[in-house]
Amino acid sequence: MPEPKVLPIAARAAGCPFDPAAGLYEIQKEDALPRVKVPSPLLGEFDAVAITRYEDAKSALSDDRLQMGFVFDPDQPRTMLNQPGNLLNYNGADHSRLRRMLTGTFTIKRVRSLRPMIEGIVEARLAALEEAGQGADLVTVFSTPIPTQVICELLGVPYEDRDDFQRRAKVGLDVNTTFEEQIQNLKDMDAYMSTLVAAHREEPGDNLLGGVVRDFGAELSDDELVGIGNMLLIAGHETTASMLSASAALLLENPDQLAIMRDEPEAVDGAIEELLRYIAPATIMPRQAAEDFCLRDGEVIKQGERVVVSILVANRDPNSSDRDLDVLDVRRPPQPHVTFGYGAHQCLGQQLARMELRVALPALFNRFPGLRLLDQDQKIDYRTTALVFGVNKLPVAW
Amino acid sequence: MQVEIDEPRCVAAGHCVVAAPEVFDQRDDDGVVVLLDANPPDDEHEHVREAALLCPAAAIIVRDRGGAP
Repeated sequence: MPEPKVLPIAARAAGCPFDPAAGLYEIQKEDALPRVKVPSPLLGEFDAVAITRYEDAKSALSDDRLQMGFVFDPDQPRTMLNQPGNLLNYNGADHSRLRRMLTGTFTIKRVRSLRPMIEGIVEARLAALEEAGQGADLVTVFSTPIPTQVICELLGVPYEDRDDFQRRAKVGLDVNTTFEEQIQNLKDMDAYMSTLVAAHREEPGDNLLGGVVRDFGAELSDDELVGIGNMLLIAGHETTASMLSASAALLLENPDQLAIMRDEPEAVDGAIEELLRYIAPATIMPRQAAEDFCLRDGEVIKQGERVVVSILVANRDPNSSDRDLDVLDVRRPPQPHVTFGYGAHQCLGQQLARMELRVALPALFNRFPGLRLLDQDQKIDYRTTALVFGVNKLPVAW
Repeated sequence: MQVEIDEPRCVAAGHCVVAAPEVFDQRDDDGVVVLLDANPPDDEHEHVREAALLCPAAAIIVRDRGGAP
């Protein structure tokens, strides 16, 4: 077996932040599943089997023998990603049991019923953008507050607590903070979430967290409920915020595509699906093998080996479609993608995320039909190396 | 066409309800798929196949009568 080569499996093409690095397309063509070294801020550099084809990605992500949660360690400090209640730390029956407690909130019917609430939040952010004036940062004023306020509604965060809640959420997602700052922030976050859980224990609110306490409170510890709240905050927040910012940036750079989103309401659902496929903000998904098995004919993955799925390049696999998947085409029939993952862990909140995107993006471009980058010559400040792709700042004018 | 559901596998992603709302629904309390029509009419077949294709948990089983896939 050749020595594994260092390949940042989250790498994007130089100068084209939406495109996978050329090296990812190269290994996609290889017959054998390659072992690569993956640089990771959480785990240091580790060896992993690289999954880059669409069909392999689906097989790997839906295979029970590949497990989640290998970053979980009870001996390490409690963090948002290292605590009970977080679905990402569970597998098999434990995962299913916990997930079923939450799925009632995310049915198609329930998510549709949330539309007026989401529209109200989007309207308020558009007014805030107008008020902030020319040069306002779309990330700060629009993309980030929308999912935060939606999750506040779902968790039942009282209005007077929202500023503090949002500030802690922002710190929790800020990659420029120190580990110590993160630990302190998480303590504050946990303390707040504990008061919220206690309030719901006293009188369960008419929202997601209240519903979980009402229906399953006897089966769950306070610790687990705090973890569930934190998980929903993080999972429902950063990815949707990133999708809103990155979609706006991408569409501003592709005015013909933007015009379709703005002017053709019947094209919006398909356009959102195309943006999800193309942007894939959660760029990679890691797993670990619980036993030896074959993913493809003759390709053995050994127990304990790590596997990393590149969502970014799997969504562009030329063998999965007769269309050119490197082209952004918001009007094409939706192409299957693994942006929300696949298998039992497929994103719990995906229908909510879609609804937020479907409401917010057309509304933005209709309210400000002349929306443009403040400085047309300025390069957009993309966040290309973080685990979740996004845009750091997007100053706009109209 | 004969449709079956492997209920314990369902992860309530909701794709089936979007693809074929005449054939699939979701239980209110846990979002688990509800089969509305196990023998959907011809004009639903394409939607049902799409639902089965998109289901991340492979919880929808489609059998064609007369053996044709």
